[in-house]
Amino acid sequence: MRVRIRFTKVGKVRFLGHRDLARIWERTLRRAELSVAYSEGFSPRPKLSFGLALSTGYESDGEYLDVELASTAEPPQLAALPGRLSALLPEGIDATAACEVSRSEPSLQQAVTSCSWLIDVVDVTVAEATDAVDRALAATELMLTRERKGKQVTDDLRPYLLDLSVTGPTPTGARLLAELGTQPRTLRPSELLAALDPPLDEGLVRRTHQWTTDDGARRELIPLDATSAQHDGERAS
Amino acid sequence: MSTLWTQLEPLLSKVQKPARYIGCEDGSLHPQPRAGQVGWLMTYPDTYEIGLPNQGLQILYEILNERDDAWAERSYAPWVDLEDELRRAGLPLFSVDTHRPAAEFDIIAFNLSAELVYTNVLNCVDLAGVPVRAADRRPEHPLIAIGGHCTYNPEPISDFVDLVVLGDGEEVVGEITDIVREWKASGRTEGSREQVLRALSQVPGVYVPSLYEAEFDGDRLVGIFPRYSDVPEVVEKRTITDLADWPYPKNQLVPLTEVVHDRLNVEVFRGCTRGCRFCQAGMITRPVRERPAEQVRNMVSNGLRRTGYDEVALTSLSTADFSGIERVVADTVNDPANCGQVSVSLPSLRVDAFTVGIAAEIQKARRTGLTFAPEAGTWRMRQVINKLIRNEDLYGAVESAYSQGWRRMKLYFLTGLPTETDEDTLGIAELANHCVELGRAHHKNPSVTVSVGGFVPKPFTPFQWFGQNTVPELYRKVGLLRDATRKSRGVQLKWHDPKATLIEGIMSRGDRRLGPVIEEVWRKGGTFQEWSEFFDHGLWVETMAAHGLSVEWYVYRHRTEDEALPWDHLSAGLHRDFLWQDWRDALDQVGLEDCRWTPCYDCGACTGYGVEHVVASAVPPAGGSQGTGQDLSAGDSVPVTIGGVRSSIGASTSTAGVGTS
Ligand code: SF4
Repeated sequence: MRVRIRFTKVGKVRFLGHRDLARIWERTLRRAELSVAYSEGFSPRPKLSFGLALSTGYESDGEYLDVELASTAEPPQLAALPGRLSALLPEGIDATAACEVSRSEPSLQQAVTSCSWLIDVVDVTVAEATDAVDRALAATELMLTRERKGKQVTDDLRPYLLDLSVTGPTPTGARLLAELGTQPRTLRPSELLAALDPPLDEGLVRRTHQWTTDDGARRELIPLDATSAQHDGERAS
Repeated sequence: MSTLWTQLEPLLSKVQKPARYIGCEDGSLHPQPRAGQVGWLMTYPDTYEIGLPNQGLQILYEILNERDDAWAERSYAPWVDLEDELRRAGLPLFSVDTHRPAAEFDIIAFNLSAELVYTNVLNCVDLAGVPVRAADRRPEHPLIAIGGHCTYNPEPISDFVDLVVLGDGEEVVGEITDIVREWKASGRTEGSREQVLRALSQVPGVYVPSLYEAEFDGDRLVGIFPRYSDVPEVVEKRTITDLADWPYPKNQLVPLTEVVHDRLNVEVFRGCTRGCRFCQAGMITRPVRERPAEQVRNMVSNGLRRTGYDEVALTSLSTADFSGIERVVADTVNDPANCGQVSVSLPSLRVDAFTVGIAAEIQKARRTGLTFAPEAGTWRMRQVINKLIRNEDLYGAVESAYSQGWRRMKLYFLTGLPTETDEDTLGIAELANHCVELGRAHHKNPSVTVSVGGFVPKPFTPFQWFGQNTVPELYRKVGLLRDATRKSRGVQLKWHDPKATLIEGIMSRGDRRLGPVIEEVWRKGGTFQEWSEFFDHGLWVETMAAHGLSVEWYVYRHRTEDEALPWDHLSAGLHRDFLWQDWRDALDQVGLEDCRWTPCYDCGACTGYGVEHVVASAVPPAGGSQGTGQDLSAGDSVPVTIGGVRSSIGASTSTAGVGTS
């Protein structure tokens, strides 16, 4: 059975890296006494897969994790699972939903088509930020040169910029709301800010949603209205 | 309560590994101090990754937080990038638990386990906003305390610390708290700092350097004497008699980011009586105090359940000697609650087939590498250091390991040992080469990694009188080994930088005159000296010279029997004449059996303090025990076959003689 879990990463734990998070989840699942399936081979690892990595320092309301449970395991009570896990997780990491996904569904990496972000920019006025945003939206291309695998690569980011607006001022600058594409590769908020004209300085960044596309319609990976209880009910019937 | 978090947060976005500084570990506490409570900041003067797992620090953190009159938090040396940011922003050293400024604590207590961290202590004190020299501190400043193995010669850093704790900290931290609580209650008035230090000097196990005068006659130390008649002439270490009374840590901290030894650690015994003559840890932690096997099992199973770790280390100086080892291992491995996913590790493997058998029991899946520490290349040399492993013992262990699936062996050695000849040094290469040969019978590409460290003589060991090998001599020996292993496929040689060995040697047996040297090296930016990217040998050597101090005199010189040593006013219980006799025996290549199972030699560790070994088993562990000279296959009686038989005072294992020394 494959269980998909949504969780947060806010506050001090935003400074944890991706590997840190993986270790925390491994320990938490053991403490919750969920029988996770292990890989075969020389050094067996629990079968966990995370979605798109979140940069160290960013916060998130919507991180995802797929857990492969051992075939022999008792199916867990999905409705109770988020609460049970949250009690064992560090402050700032809370499981907010869980549901079963069939093994035939694409992996998290493949399923996510875009992410929504709240991006604070600092040392800038709302008007200045709005100008930069408008220029970006009006542009036909947004070129950025980055180092990838040791090579200088110049790409056009514009196709990945699905939506961008200024939501208002913050004590140190302005807040942007962005939807950035993730296929075939991911556009990161820091890359977007660097490509703006003029480039803006990044403050706190929070991922709010990870979206997938169903027959052309955008929806949250675990549908926001689909409570885990319903899923649980379905399976029990 | 005051927290610096909001000021720190923006800085953390600019530094490497910010997760080091956030706290939030499972098991961490968020004390809300009340007026009058004594605040302790338990500080490790190296990075979080190295400091977090430190068990001593975690034990005291819990014990203090259980008290009504105390609270404790933790701090670690910020890496150089954060230090720069802190200094630029005018922010101080902080606790990771609640991000409180260090100067808000009453005591900043450092755990010192290596000499090269001394400059980091100064740096942390300075970052805390406290004057680095104890003499410049005022009543409002925290007390600076140190504990850990380096405190058996604290003289080099005595200018910078207010108090030094010798030995086990479990009980003494409470006694210190009592006195500091009174001091707080009295308002810490002008001049009261001297009074509280005077009161602390009365606590057994507490050494207050400022209350002692070091007297020199030219170069020669005459002695270190108390300035006042009520201050003890000799400070004795503290020893807890029974580990069963101290099942700590009860809630081992589980870090959120990667650290060394990232696993459950359960201390199975403290102390060691094998009597390896180079080993300070073994000498200063006597006698052996085993934890009851039942308590170990509970700590293991509760700990695994609480932490979610899939690995537990049974820690001690020689875990295979633990009487309950086989059952504890079997119970852990076979516990159905662990679903077969839990591995047990023994950080210190004994060199014998029995130990490999245990290793096989616990490493069913991942048989990658095993580590042994024969320490010296020839039997003659091992008799000198009293590590009585025969070549056959090592070969038996290695053969057994290769035949059971391990492919990589790691062997630890020391070079620069007393009486060492080139034949002894080259013996290291011979052992390694032979081990690879043994491996070829079982695997295509067996490998042996030889790790060689330069020997640094330590206080309170029989080798404390020995003149350390020079840097060129250590390089020459490493060169011999390099030549001797170059052609052997499968043998890899690694060595510790002889220049670092030199600086460790200066601190190890140095005296108070080194204070200004340490301070100047720190002022010139010499922090994180344990890290090769920052280690600055030239800076140390130049600074020594600038202060008119001779490396030759401090490090390379043999000491004589009548020479006053900078730690003579401190005591780990060991009688000086026992150590001297053991030094003479070493030079005569005479071994000494383990006193756990043979008559007591009255070294003083038990007899002086009225304590005894606490061991569950009256006979050595099955499979034998090196150093007892017994038949390794029998694991039973203890014939005395090695070396001269020493006449001993107690006829059986230490009948608690009451303290006269
Ligand atoms: S006092 Fe005797 S029994 Fe105790 S550690 Fe020393 S030699 Fe061993």
